[in-house]
Amino acid sequence: MAQVNPAVTALAAAVDKAFGAKITERDLNGIEPFLRCEPATWPELARFLKDRCGMDMLACLSGIDRGKGQGLEAVYNVESCAAQRTGISIRIRVPLDNPVIPSVESVWRTADWHERECWDLVGIRFEGHHNLVRILCAEDWEGHPLRKDYKSPDRYHGIKNNVV
Amino acid sequence: MSSESPTTVVNAGDLRTEEMLLNMGPQHPATHGVLRVMVRTDGELVLDCEPHVGYLHRCFEKHCESVTTLQSVLYTDRLDYLTAMGNNWGFCMAVEKLYGDELVIPERAQYIRVICQELNRIASHLLAIGTYGMDIGAITPFLYCFREREKILTIFEHICGQRLNYNYIRPGGVAYDIDEGMLRLISEFCAYFGPKVDEYDDLLSTNDIFVQRTAHVGVLPVKTAIDFGCTGPVLRGSGVPRDLRKDQPYGIYDRFEFDVPVGSGERGTLGDCFDRYMVRVREMRESLRIVQQAVKGIPAGEIRSSKIKAKIRPPKGEAYTRIENSRGELGFYVVSEGKEVLYRVKCRAPSFHNISVLPEISRGAMVADLIAIIGSMDIVLGEVDR
Repeated sequence: MAQVNPAVTALAAAVDKAFGAKITERDLNGIEPFLRCEPATWPELARFLKDRCGMDMLACLSGIDRGKGQGLEAVYNVESCAAQRTGISIRIRVPLDNPVIPSVESVWRTADWHERECWDLVGIRFEGHHNLVRILCAEDWEGHPLRKDYKSPDRYHGIKNNVV
Repeated sequence: MSSESPTTVVNAGDLRTEEMLLNMGPQHPATHGVLRVMVRTDGELVLDCEPHVGYLHRCFEKHCESVTTLQSVLYTDRLDYLTAMGNNWGFCMAVEKLYGDELVIPERAQYIRVICQELNRIASHLLAIGTYGMDIGAITPFLYCFREREKILTIFEHICGQRLNYNYIRPGGVAYDIDEGMLRLISEFCAYFGPKVDEYDDLLSTNDIFVQRTAHVGVLPVKTAIDFGCTGPVLRGSGVPRDLRKDQPYGIYDRFEFDVPVGSGERGTLGDCFDRYMVRVREMRESLRIVQQAVKGIPAGEIRSSKIKAKIRPPKGEAYTRIENSRGELGFYVVSEGKEVLYRVKCRAPSFHNISVLPEISRGAMVADLIAIIGSMDIVLGEVDR
């Protein structure tokens, strides 16, 4: 677990070479190796990962509210379907008052539903998404349940919320 | 007389030819739960369709932020309720990863986990195959499949007291030990079930009506499958031998001998409904092989690591793990702040991705084929909606 996967190191080196200072943080020795970039770099990086590094699958997109004024974060787990052992996560942080990340649904089709879910539950807006509507919650639901400051409503359409 | 009777020939100009919007579900027996599909049809042809999910949404991830880690295991049972062992394991593995190399899962627990997971996979595939046959009009296999599934559920009942929501695999090991009697029960089941798979295979796979309904239907090309994040039998049906148990062996899967069945387009086109169905049938045989090897090799010893205390406080950190569940890759992304309650849990559900590809592969199909396609995806809405 703690040992560094050489394929991940090679992948990170390739990204470093192409993007340099645009990768603002990297941690390859931790439990979960990751790279961090700014939202503006993301579409370009996503394209690079898919076309040049063979990361053909977007496995997971987790939206996280970091709380305490640290804003929201999107964690993308990308991996390669052919060279099965390679994969890396990309973290992108956005401020709470303007949580916008460019959409990558044109890179991985599966990002369509991922981004809708992330918008629905965490409230990160994905710019350029063709149909950014709620997917799991009802259309008229208010707020984003996985935000740390979320207060669950007392009633929904007259149905009492009896969750303690 | 006959010359005066009104003509029965239909004038083509009088027929209504506009498109129709058809609402299928959310309460529909063929959608395997509460899935709603809006279908735009032209007569019998599906022009486009859009799955609407979320009817079973309970915000599992939010629950996990309010209950302790150990209590969260209980909620994972309710995701894919047909393979609850896999869900337990997937979540526990993410929590265990936070501990790093310090935490070693006892050998006996590893074997028990494999036995339970593979038996559960067989139970899940039995249900998938049985209900799939029924979707298409074959009722008999359904009855046989449920009879065998019942035997597995009885074994689970002996092991952990539950038939569906086991809450059995816990961080650091498993909840209870299994004794010799249960191992004997499992061996007996293996001996009994082996020939039965062939029998059911024969019953459905060679049935001409079944083949005609599934071959060449809902063809999922490899590229599309990967692009949409499809995994499990859906991806393997398209001919990609991707199985985490082989590619990234977790637990002790690297010790067992088994094959990864893939679709080959044997009756129709590569990646059609028949291939996805056939992969499941063959996977049952492979799972059986693994169970037999595990039952033979299970050592005596501890079933839970002493490193994990009753009050589980996972170390600070983040971890993403995935396992090969019956329906594909089940991933968990967990964030811990070193407290009893996890800061964030994200579940990557295989069915969520597998169903998202539905519009892509059902365009141009017949409405009746849409049922066959949804059935071949084998989705569990508990997991799609979480």
